[in-house]
Amino acid sequence: MDKHLAISKKKDKFFRILALSLTVFALLILLVLLVDIFWRGFGRLNWGFFNNLPSRHPEKAGILTAIAGMLSLLLFTVIIALPIGILAGVYLQEYRAKNRFAKIVEINIANLAGVPSVIYGILGLQLFVRMAGMGNSLLAGAFTLALLIMPIIIVSTREALKAVPQSLREGSYGMGATKWQTTSRVVIPSALGGILTGIILSISRAIGETAPLLVIGALVYVPFIPEGPNDQFTTLPIQIFNWVSRPQAGFIVNAAAGIIILLLITFLLNGIAIYIRNKWYKKMKY
Amino acid sequence: MYKLETRNANLFYGEKQALKDISIGIEPNTVTAFIGPSGCGKSSFLRCFNRMNDLIDNTTINGSFLLDGEDIYEREEVYDLRKKVGMVFQKPNPFPKSIFENVIYGLRINGIKDKDVLNERAELSLKNAALWDEVKDDLNKSALSLSGGQQQRVCIARTLAVAPTVVLMDEPASALDPISTAKIEDLIYELKSKFTIVIVTHNMQQAARVSDKTAFFYLGELIEYSDTKQIFTNPEKERTQNYVTGRFG
Repeated sequence: MDKHLAISKKKDKFFRILALSLTVFALLILLVLLVDIFWRGFGRLNWGFFNNLPSRHPEKAGILTAIAGMLSLLLFTVIIALPIGILAGVYLQEYRAKNRFAKIVEINIANLAGVPSVIYGILGLQLFVRMAGMGNSLLAGAFTLALLIMPIIIVSTREALKAVPQSLREGSYGMGATKWQTTSRVVIPSALGGILTGIILSISRAIGETAPLLVIGALVYVPFIPEGPNDQFTTLPIQIFNWVSRPQAGFIVNAAAGIIILLLITFLLNGIAIYIRNKWYKKMKY
Repeated sequence: MYKLETRNANLFYGEKQALKDISIGIEPNTVTAFIGPSGCGKSSFLRCFNRMNDLIDNTTINGSFLLDGEDIYEREEVYDLRKKVGMVFQKPNPFPKSIFENVIYGLRINGIKDKDVLNERAELSLKNAALWDEVKDDLNKSALSLSGGQQQRVCIARTLAVAPTVVLMDEPASALDPISTAKIEDLIYELKSKFTIVIVTHNMQQAARVSDKTAFFYLGELIEYSDTKQIFTNPEKERTQNYVTGRFG
């Protein structure tokens, strides 16, 4: 018996060390990448870099149009994806009949969240750029990205609603509230923290997307800030992609600086998401 | 006339029969306790009176359930019914809103917007729930910041605010400490003058303390129903005797 215990303890220790070293290994690689990026790009971060239009000369090139394009793209994406995604999530979680068809819909939406983004690009190219005649415009990009993040919003909305205790719903029904009163006044407000977190995470997913936008024909060189939904556009990841593929060393530096900005924006968004989640969970201590 | 009455009531969850042929009459302005071991159907029975079982799939109900002599499954709109027959649940379930908004929830969903009416009703209900003095200065604080016992009294105030005539309580004190429990019990005794109260409890002493009549359920059947004093001192059935003296269950 003692011998068995000794072996168990050894195994325990072994797996702890294994897990620790693998974690450290993963973090190290990440660290190397980060240090490398900052080493190359940090010196390039100055006002001109933010404020200049793209250029053939690396030292004159800036990310103004890429940032502007990205922000307007995100704005339109969110306007399109949010209402549909949230309402679909509410419907699936609170309203749908629990039959086979609903089950199939449910599984397929979860699968959609895992479809490679370039597939959405191809869909967007045919559906929005060509059939709907939007061309390679901001709007076509926004619709494509909206399709891409909608499953994430739906799934996270459902998870947030699922976490609302049944006792709250019963409390509301017990007062004579209708389904919609219960959902809109009790269930959704209780789940708002989780829903917001999901939205922000889906936005940070959309920020990093390059492939579907390239497929639908987002330009790599846009010397103007988009002024309306029908304008052509570029985004920061595309700009970075473009710079990386140039032969001049100066563009590599630009790319590194662009990556730093992109990382900061993503960190910021994720940080906000975590902050909201923690604050909400503290408030909703069930 | 009975406030609540059932005749040959049966309840099925799918194939499983949870209540068997139950006939009972509950007098107005009394406290009636439903007792019995877990799974005996007392909570299920309680939930039939405001049709909370409608929320569970695959339930079938037959026989008649009467409120003031009218069948609640035939005549009443369910939303109206639940305003007349309020319910307090086992676990305090205040909404994540302020104390004030919790108490007037039922008025809000009825579209009442008049500030004076809302304030007046909130105060009255909180007084009825014996909570007013403790929270009158913090009405805008979150109801979730209160203690469990206070939360449960917020839930009681919320139920009383829509002026029901019947209040159903499903083990309202089982998640609370003894002092909070005593407060809830005092409250039940007070409320009797204005409401008809039916309470499900696992606590024999509680049933003996607060109720006028007691119904003992076992395996979905109503074994015995009479004055509380008689159930606890001189029950007719041996099974009741064994249960109330703690020999089984």
